[in-house]
Amino acid sequence: MKLEELKLLTYDIRSDIVEMIGRAESGHPGSSLSMVELVTALFFEIMELRPDEPDWPERDRFVLSKGHGVPALYSVLARAGYFPLDKLRELRRLGSPLQGHPDYSRLPAVEASTGSLGQGLSISAGIALSACHLDKNFHSFCLLGDGELNEGQVWEAAAFAAHHKLSNLTAIVDYNKFQLDGPVDEIMQMEPMVDKWQAFGWEVQEVDGHDLEQVVEALHWTKDSDHLPRCLIAHTIKGKGVSFMENNNKFHGKAPDQQELADALAELRKARQEVAG
Amino acid sequence: MKFEIGLATRDAYGEALRDLGDEYSDIVVLDGDLSQSTKTYMFAEKFPERFYNVGIQEANMVGLAAGLASSGLTPFVSSFACFLTNRAYDQMRVSVVYPRLNVKFVASHGGISGGEDGATQQSIEDLALMASLPEMVVCVPADEHATRALTPQLMEWESSCYLRTGRPRAPIVYQPGVDLKIGRAEVLREGTDLTIITCGLLVAEALEAAEALAAESFSVEVVDCHTMKPLDKKTILQSAQKTGAVVVAEEHQVWGGLGSAIALLLGENFPVPFKLIGIEDTYAESGTGEQLLDVYGLTSPYIAEAARGLLS
Repeated sequence: MKLEELKLLTYDIRSDIVEMIGRAESGHPGSSLSMVELVTALFFEIMELRPDEPDWPERDRFVLSKGHGVPALYSVLARAGYFPLDKLRELRRLGSPLQGHPDYSRLPAVEASTGSLGQGLSISAGIALSACHLDKNFHSFCLLGDGELNEGQVWEAAAFAAHHKLSNLTAIVDYNKFQLDGPVDEIMQMEPMVDKWQAFGWEVQEVDGHDLEQVVEALHWTKDSDHLPRCLIAHTIKGKGVSFMENNNKFHGKAPDQQELADALAELRKARQEVAG
Repeated sequence: MKFEIGLATRDAYGEALRDLGDEYSDIVVLDGDLSQSTKTYMFAEKFPERFYNVGIQEANMVGLAAGLASSGLTPFVSSFACFLTNRAYDQMRVSVVYPRLNVKFVASHGGISGGEDGATQQSIEDLALMASLPEMVVCVPADEHATRALTPQLMEWESSCYLRTGRPRAPIVYQPGVDLKIGRAEVLREGTDLTIITCGLLVAEALEAAEALAAESFSVEVVDCHTMKPLDKKTILQSAQKTGAVVVAEEHQVWGGLGSAIALLLGENFPVPFKLIGIEDTYAESGTGEQLLDVYGLTSPYIAEAARGLLS
């Protein structure tokens, strides 16, 4: 897909996100909006997938370790063709496969159940490990939150992956600088983040997580490793794309009300039109 | 009543797992730097390419197992019972059981009979924790033959399983090649006055207690409920209906273990006089396994005494 098309898609996905969460009257808009370019690049440019055959054994795998950002994943999956777009209306509804946090057992293409932070990178490492036992070449991607890096298990997994030279494993950090109760550097400082990953034996790149060209290029770089796991630290803005949500931690775990939803959708529509020309 | 002392159930497990590796090429074994103690080293020696010593990281180990299982492999995960079920409980819950993945958790040093290392290395909560996970199979084999019988059957379950093994050498209560089935309790001794239901190391104690009570003209039935979950409700209820009194003995804290499960079953279906012998809401301490079982009231004299209380 051309970069321009990918760019337009990010506006559609952001609209999906605020609409889904607004309709559900609960969810995590800030963290969903910050990761949009990352999952857009993965699902439409980087990963080998067959949406009409979600359990295709050769597929690349994506684990959303920061499970609360799942509206972004649901939107991407729907737009990639895994299920109809109108299913997005069912987010968080009783009986829906679109659970409040990702559930492996209810929705194909969701590769892990997450929601208790810190667990996804271990699962992704296990998936990466399975490739050599199954004699497959798939790549395992894991998207983590910055606050999530507080969890010790992440660093257990980081050590394991480097020790076993899991070159088919990529960690992506959605570094939006906020966790639930406030700024990451006030709650639990994770800097120097690049040094941490490098010290654990990973190769690291930093990118502007909203610059699709940079993101795509860097993700290709992570996928091309032949000796070590690679980590992409994506500097992002929490709430990106909706001006009154950007860097406004009020929208970490709060749905927009009717007026806010209308304002957000209008802003995204206008921005999309400007890009579309 | 004298029992021949056999292998520890952990040793029998190590052998059984090694043998299972021949039959199933999809088995991958993970251990958290305790393979000499859990006995997974036997598998590691034979199948080094399918064994991961992940170091001392139980949480990561369980997550790795989830990833391996989601790709269609069958991970067997081992550590001490205390570390695996306590430290990695949330990973078992969210990464494995909630998504209904199939991982076999086999933990050694169950109960207090691990002994000298003290309370931090003993496990008196594992059965409660494991049984509380939906669809988890929970087994506690009594001796080496039971372990050999039950271990291969873990492969027949599509849900995750927990099998608790023990550190000390275990009295032999079964014949070699015994036909045990996960989910089917074994009536080891028939009786009409009272039923003792138990599992693991205490099966031998229960049989001894029954023998002592026989000398006092009490006819006591002994049931090895080696599978706590799914509970063999039929066998237990039939026995309770026959004898009208039940003692449960378990090497576990009294809250939430086998006794709680059986009390619930009986309470809902067929209430009978009931007594639970377990660890009474406390941690144990260092000592030999034998000493601890005695000091914490889990040996045959205590079981017999509890039975007398119900029989009188």
